[in-house]
Amino acid sequence: MSTYTDKIRETAQRLLKECKVEMVIGFRKGSQPMMNEPCVVRSPEEVDQLIWDSNCGINLANYLTNRKEKIGIVAKGCDSRNIVTHIVENKIAREQLVIIGVPCLGMIDKRKIAAAADGEILSVTEADGQVMVKTAQATQTFAKSDVLQGNCSVCTHRNPVIHDEMIAEPVPEQTDVDPYADVAEIDAMTPEQRHAFFEELLAPCIRCYACRNACPLCYCPTCFVDESKPQWVGKGQDPADVRTFHFLRAYHCAGRCTDCGACQRACPVGINMRLLTKKLNKDCLELYGWEAGLSTETRPALDDYQPNDPENFIH
Amino acid sequence: MKVIKIEKSQWSQGLDNLRDAFRLFGPVIEKGFYDYRELAAGQAPDLSFQNTRLSPKSLVFPQSETMLNYSLDPADPERNIMKEAPKDYAPRAVIGLRPCDAKAMVLVKMNFDTEEYQDPYWLNLYNATTFVGLACDAPCGTCFCTSAGCGPYHEEGLDVLLTDRDDHYLAKALTDKGAQLLEKAGWTQAADADTIIEKAKQAAEAKVTSKIETDGLRAADTMALYNAGFWDDVAFACINCGTCTFSCPTCWCFDIQDEAYRTKGVRMRNWDSCMFPIFTVHTTGHNPRDTKTQRVRQRFMHKLKYFVDKYDQGIMCVGCGRCVRQCPVNIDIRKVSALMNALSVQARCAV
Repeated sequence: MSTYTDKIRETAQRLLKECKVEMVIGFRKGSQPMMNEPCVVRSPEEVDQLIWDSNCGINLANYLTNRKEKIGIVAKGCDSRNIVTHIVENKIAREQLVIIGVPCLGMIDKRKIAAAADGEILSVTEADGQVMVKTAQATQTFAKSDVLQGNCSVCTHRNPVIHDEMIAEPVPEQTDVDPYADVAEIDAMTPEQRHAFFEELLAPCIRCYACRNACPLCYCPTCFVDESKPQWVGKGQDPADVRTFHFLRAYHCAGRCTDCGACQRACPVGINMRLLTKKLNKDCLELYGWEAGLSTETRPALDDYQPNDPENFIH
Repeated sequence: MKVIKIEKSQWSQGLDNLRDAFRLFGPVIEKGFYDYRELAAGQAPDLSFQNTRLSPKSLVFPQSETMLNYSLDPADPERNIMKEAPKDYAPRAVIGLRPCDAKAMVLVKMNFDTEEYQDPYWLNLYNATTFVGLACDAPCGTCFCTSAGCGPYHEEGLDVLLTDRDDHYLAKALTDKGAQLLEKAGWTQAADADTIIEKAKQAAEAKVTSKIETDGLRAADTMALYNAGFWDDVAFACINCGTCTFSCPTCWCFDIQDEAYRTKGVRMRNWDSCMFPIFTVHTTGHNPRDTKTQRVRQRFMHKLKYFVDKYDQGIMCVGCGRCVRQCPVNIDIRKVSALMNALSVQARCAV
């Protein structure tokens, strides 16, 4: 991965020196194990803070919304798909961007590591598909494939779909994965079971809105939960209000979500709200053959009409 | 104050003795994470935790709290009259509070209990509660309490401080409230253990290696810090979620809402966060803190400078490290404070 870092720095430096961009958005090393911090670099002298490893799970497309500058942006597969979505939705112009594509082998899930580690984690390093976790008691080694974020383990778009620079050769795409196995499990439940499942899923929510705010799709000037005239949803911890927030947020992402996993990653209480958006992704795929963010040339599923669109759900 | 030795064999019996007089709360593990919950009959707090994921502030400052009830029924003669919501202020005890979180209660009290105004909701719950702390012998790597006016054996805000000594606890009664609780539990075996506790305290303090730099902040020029050049860089990654403020034991902001349905309504208050844009929106639509940089600056300036200026009682942070551990984009108060502190050296007040 360090070659990725070197190549990102070289590319960023060149783009800044040649005045191709005013700024480069990437990651710098975090202060915590398994955490990096999104950052912006504005001069060639600053590029040495840029890094790349398996802890770059935050979706950087989120930092592009409505920006006016000419921007270089480091983009793994899912970031690139959200950049496409941003372009299609007019949140940034293609001409403003120099996309530095990063073929991605998946991000590690800090919660999986924390749950498997014996004691408090002091440091986490990686090499050759292995993740080494040092605690006060021991050093444990995990296969990276066993500790990937849920979305990364079933990702089928690891390579950037749009890029101006590539920092490495494309990686093989995963073909033998079923991205919707967890959705199928919920589909198979009775309505009562499903209700209970969602109740338990969302019970820990503290309404910090980290899921919404980490999501590149959530850029409304005022979110519906923040509206007061009219007030669509209560602001307290009533489970009905908490559910309303999560369900409506998911619907607002229908046909737009790339399953980048930023929402789940950002959640301080570990809720897998991706289960909601994935159901809608699955519907869009099955009904319209649509996956979000693959092309700037096609209109999104819910923004387009085709004579052969299915209508058997209209009663 | 006196120190009592509690054999662990007497622990659960003592807790049971307390249940007649107190509702008990303590840390329990749920789906791999610790949180404070009311303890059911026979349930003991799980004291094998480092610290809880969320702070115990919600025990006295619930995330959502009904303040007043009212009727909107035209047939009701008491229609539109706000009435105090019924509350249970019977004595309660929190068993196993970390010293940092107890000190945080003291800081929050400065806001809710002033000469001018005493917040009845917070104070009633606070006064009804006896705080039994558990000294921290294995602090997290992200804890920086010893440089934040606190420490793993800090006593401020606690009624009792427990020290875990393998087969027994040493319980130091710090207030009359605390002494009464120990007595009610039937824990009465006096111990001459000051030296043991002092040694354990020193050992625990030595384990807190992470620090926050704040020594220059008090004398620093407020506007020089406010206008510092680093805020855009500090704030860039911020997604303006409420994780830091909601997990913080010292953040106290709330918002008041009316919720009415058909003929009934409640006036409630909910935690609010200075990270949210609507926190400061005026009714005109104008927002004095319209940008993320302004909001991030506000949070750090409040904790590390405005609070210091207003109360002169140190920073509004106890070093529990929750915001550091939970920020989704790894904004770290220790790094920000170091930046502010470094600038402070150059930016002393001219006066």
